[in-house]
Amino acid sequence: MADNKKITLLNSWISPFGIRVRIALAHKGIEYDYKEENLSNKSPLLLQMNPVKKQIPVLIHDGKPVCESMVIVQYIDEVWNQKSPLLPADPCQRAQARFWADFVDKKVYSLGRQLWITTGEALEAAKKEFLDCFKLLEGELGQKPYFGGETLGFVDVALIPFYLWFSALEHCGNFIMVEECPKIVAWAHRCMENDCVSKTLPDLEKAFGFLMEIIKKQRADK
Amino acid sequence: MATTDDVKLIGAWPSPFVMRARIALNIKSVDYEFLQEQLGTKSDLLLKSNPVHKKIPVLIHGHKPVCESLVIVQYVDDVWASDQPILPSDPYDRAIARFWAAYIDDKWFPSLSGMARGPTEEAKKAAYEQVVEGLALLEDAFGKCSKGKPFFGGDRIGYLDIALGSFLGWIRVTEKMGNLKLLDEAKTPHLVKWAENFCADASVKDVMPETDKLAEFAKMLMAKAKSAPPN
Repeated sequence: MADNKKITLLNSWISPFGIRVRIALAHKGIEYDYKEENLSNKSPLLLQMNPVKKQIPVLIHDGKPVCESMVIVQYIDEVWNQKSPLLPADPCQRAQARFWADFVDKKVYSLGRQLWITTGEALEAAKKEFLDCFKLLEGELGQKPYFGGETLGFVDVALIPFYLWFSALEHCGNFIMVEECPKIVAWAHRCMENDCVSKTLPDLEKAFGFLMEIIKKQRADK
Repeated sequence: MATTDDVKLIGAWPSPFVMRARIALNIKSVDYEFLQEQLGTKSDLLLKSNPVHKKIPVLIHGHKPVCESLVIVQYVDDVWASDQPILPSDPYDRAIARFWAAYIDDKWFPSLSGMARGPTEEAKKAAYEQVVEGLALLEDAFGKCSKGKPFFGGDRIGYLDIALGSFLGWIRVTEKMGNLKLLDEAKTPHLVKWAENFCADASVKDVMPETDKLAEFAKMLMAKAKSAPPN
């Protein structure tokens, strides 16, 4: 069902949600036009294509917009279904993958952000919740190389962009991820052995610098 | 497929999320045992089957649990694939249905809750305005998705119908208790008609609670919340 119709991605380089979509597109070997959005001055195209949430990422396929990162990832998986499936064929495993991707969506972003905007007792509480969440994810990963099994899957794509945040979060929360969640760090390194991840994720140092600037600013604004 | 394995659903009659699972099972004519949780307690089976969130609904199919209402709906659609598809067949239409279902759960439902649970009168009013704005967006989405047919899914109830329709009981309770209109013939005429069709559907009518019964339940919940010791 894959076709030659034009594909454009509206994105912001640092957004973990945008990175998910870029990894999925790279995983499937799909070519597309990339448009970097300035989120403090959103383009008319973005506002037209995502009038409800006015957010990136937005995938525009043959003029039609698809919004919400994991909705886009499923769309890509269903349209380009000839190779490298991200969701398993078995309904029970699909349900598990959807459940854990939903868990990542509900927990990782908001808990991560709590780590960089809180201080004192609130920070300690946020850190505990954040690490508990990752320990649950380690439990789900188990002995598998990836959440998807032998190869990258839906949950791997949902979670790996947050690897970009690890250094900044370690700095804010005063912990070392490899000591707290060694399996997750090993998993992240394994994901980086895949071109579709390593060639997509922004440079870790550049991301760390950028995030620390944002964090400094958000703390100063409080 | 695994249609002879037994199916249990852990839930409770007032929950819109549980209703989603029941509607999906009804659409596929799947027999299941409905295990109702008691308000204020969580059964051992629930805690064992959903250790991560400890919430209903949980579908247990041949001893394997599936959690999260929309994950369950998609699972039911995947397993009992031959009868009455719930998700649209076209990937773009599926993406649109999933987008709006995510909007309903992430943005719209918290506003609906906020109308009753907001910390101040101002917060409650703001929540009300967000609910009304959301319904206007959904009215517009209905026009695009239904293409002139009775449901978001077309001729038959589909994924987005289930995602939104499951809240109709609580919408009606909110209207009744707040003495206001959320679904309005003037502002959301298509949704008003859709709501009637949805509630009358064979897969819905036995699981949609009566407004009065749900209102009594809501009053009881509010009384409980007020009398709970402050923490």
